[in-house]
Amino acid sequence: MKEASATDGEERALIEFQKVVKIYGQGQIAFQALRGVDLRIARGEFLAVMGPSGSGKSTAMNILGCLDIPSAGAYRFQDVHVERLDRNQRALLRRHYLGFVFQGFNLLSRTSAQENVELPLLYRGEPVAQRHAAARQALARVGLSGWEAHTPAELSGGQQQRVAIARAIVTQPLVLLADEPTGNLDSTRSHEIMELLVRLNREQGITVLMVTHEADMAAYARRVVHFVDGAVESDARQTEREPGACS
Amino acid sequence: MFLNAILLALREIRRNLTRSFLTILGIVIGVAAVITMVTLGNGATRMVSEQISSLGSNLLILRPGQRMGPAAFGSAAFRVSDADALTAQILTLRAVAPTVSRSAPLVVGNENWSSSVTGSTNDYLTVGNWQLAAGRSFSAEEQQAGRAVCIIGETVRNKLFGRQNPVGAQIRVKNFSCPIVGLLAAKGQGAMGMDQDDTVLMPLKAVQRRLIGKLQDVNVIMLSMRDGVDSTQVMAQIRRLMRERRKLSESEDDNFTIMDTRQIAETLSSTIGTMTTLLGAVAAVSLLVGGIGIMNIMLVSVTERTREIGIRLAIGALEHEVLLQFLIEAVTLSAFGGLVGIALAFVSCLALAAVTQMPFIFDPGINLISFVFSALIGVLFGYIPARRAARLDPIEALRYE
Repeated sequence: MKEASATDGEERALIEFQKVVKIYGQGQIAFQALRGVDLRIARGEFLAVMGPSGSGKSTAMNILGCLDIPSAGAYRFQDVHVERLDRNQRALLRRHYLGFVFQGFNLLSRTSAQENVELPLLYRGEPVAQRHAAARQALARVGLSGWEAHTPAELSGGQQQRVAIARAIVTQPLVLLADEPTGNLDSTRSHEIMELLVRLNREQGITVLMVTHEADMAAYARRVVHFVDGAVESDARQTEREPGACS
Repeated sequence: MFLNAILLALREIRRNLTRSFLTILGIVIGVAAVITMVTLGNGATRMVSEQISSLGSNLLILRPGQRMGPAAFGSAAFRVSDADALTAQILTLRAVAPTVSRSAPLVVGNENWSSSVTGSTNDYLTVGNWQLAAGRSFSAEEQQAGRAVCIIGETVRNKLFGRQNPVGAQIRVKNFSCPIVGLLAAKGQGAMGMDQDDTVLMPLKAVQRRLIGKLQDVNVIMLSMRDGVDSTQVMAQIRRLMRERRKLSESEDDNFTIMDTRQIAETLSSTIGTMTTLLGAVAAVSLLVGGIGIMNIMLVSVTERTREIGIRLAIGALEHEVLLQFLIEAVTLSAFGGLVGIALAFVSCLALAAVTQMPFIFDPGINLISFVFSALIGVLFGYIPARRAARLDPIEALRYE
């Protein structure tokens, strides 16, 4: 952890947790999910968050994704104190800087891939032509050219997750948050998805934060943070696995 | 932004066509019922007032006996001199037509028909708003002498002469022969459903002498007031005069009745209006029920789409954007239901008007009101589900199974 802060100390951190505490419930049944977590993440990192269930990694991701706020401590995103923002301000932050990929894909059913990918742009109020072009481009980037008109039911799990990734990157976000993106996929598809994420991280410079419990997948990241009992147990940099090494 | 929300809503409705259709069914039926009721009511009012005005304008009808009670029988008939006195003393009257009627068999060649034969003066044509389709009215000499000449109605012409011109022909009335001098223009059905054209008109004296046998008695006196005259005042004058002529003491009730057709028309119209309002109100309740249906479906839809709402919120949808999306979905649904209801009402009104032979009066007002009301119902009943959707916690919503 010291090592990490030493190297990142030079540049300004994109994301900074300072003694972040998250408590669920009150009084007797209060449960401390995060017990004063410190974390700095620089622009362009590929970070895997690991840990057993109940370790607080999901809570940390929710706070990182501005879906939740810490009970105590500070979360700075681009020097903005997220814990001081209200619900709508955080929504705007998500809209402009964050992209989400979920374990269960979470695509709109009975809606074409194209329309799914366009969804975030709709909320940004972008004009139709731009929306279409951007969505097509994003789908192409995840290797789904020609599948624009297909609905999720007509796509395989791997393809659905690609659509979800296209939806997350169509707004050209600073950070891509992936919550167990390969949890519902077989190993071949999983590696394909991971390679896609690595490529996006390298070529587009998108910061990728990924929760996973599979060491295989975490191996793709350049930095792995282990959570245990609501605290960071280890924070290690590693040589990133070469894309395509597996296929 | 607003356009965006509409776009999202339309996309959503298209995604669930069957459910959307079932959702709006209540509104469709409600709107259609309200419009149909009101339109038919308006048609009925128009029909009644048209029929009554075809009786004659500013028409008063004077009958012996009280309309209510047993005094209607046995009250003395009016005399011809009563009509003369009315003409002479009440100057606000334009025409006074003393009439007697009796049913009589009519024969022409092999054709025979029974009709009501009315004896009166030419004033009868003025009072009753009759036009002549052919021929002429009675001459002064014919009226004076009580000649057996007649003017026949369209129905009588049809039964006895077909499409031929009857003027100049002879008609046999009961036991005497009578030349036809005129043909009345058709008027159609009267207010009480009887055929106004099934009539034969003869000079007063001719009917009195040849069909009734009483030379002075008059059954009904029909009066036409001048335009712009206050009917209550005229009726009071007539009442005073008739009480005097019929020698009624202070304590005695009238033994005659004066009816104002315009008053009858107004009463009838307002009765129909009340009925229309009542039926419309009942139909409006069904509209309300339709609105509750929309709320029900929207609530189900919010629960069912919890995950989707979670996605939208995670992606960066603002609270009011989600609210607006669901609200607009509800309003779009209900407004569309309103439009379909209007179309349905149009078709059913056309059909019902054809069946009941009432005029179909398209009332843009009630159509507009129904449409706006259905949209408002969407706002009203869409708000609660929409607010529920907007206030969801994105984390919970995403985890929802």
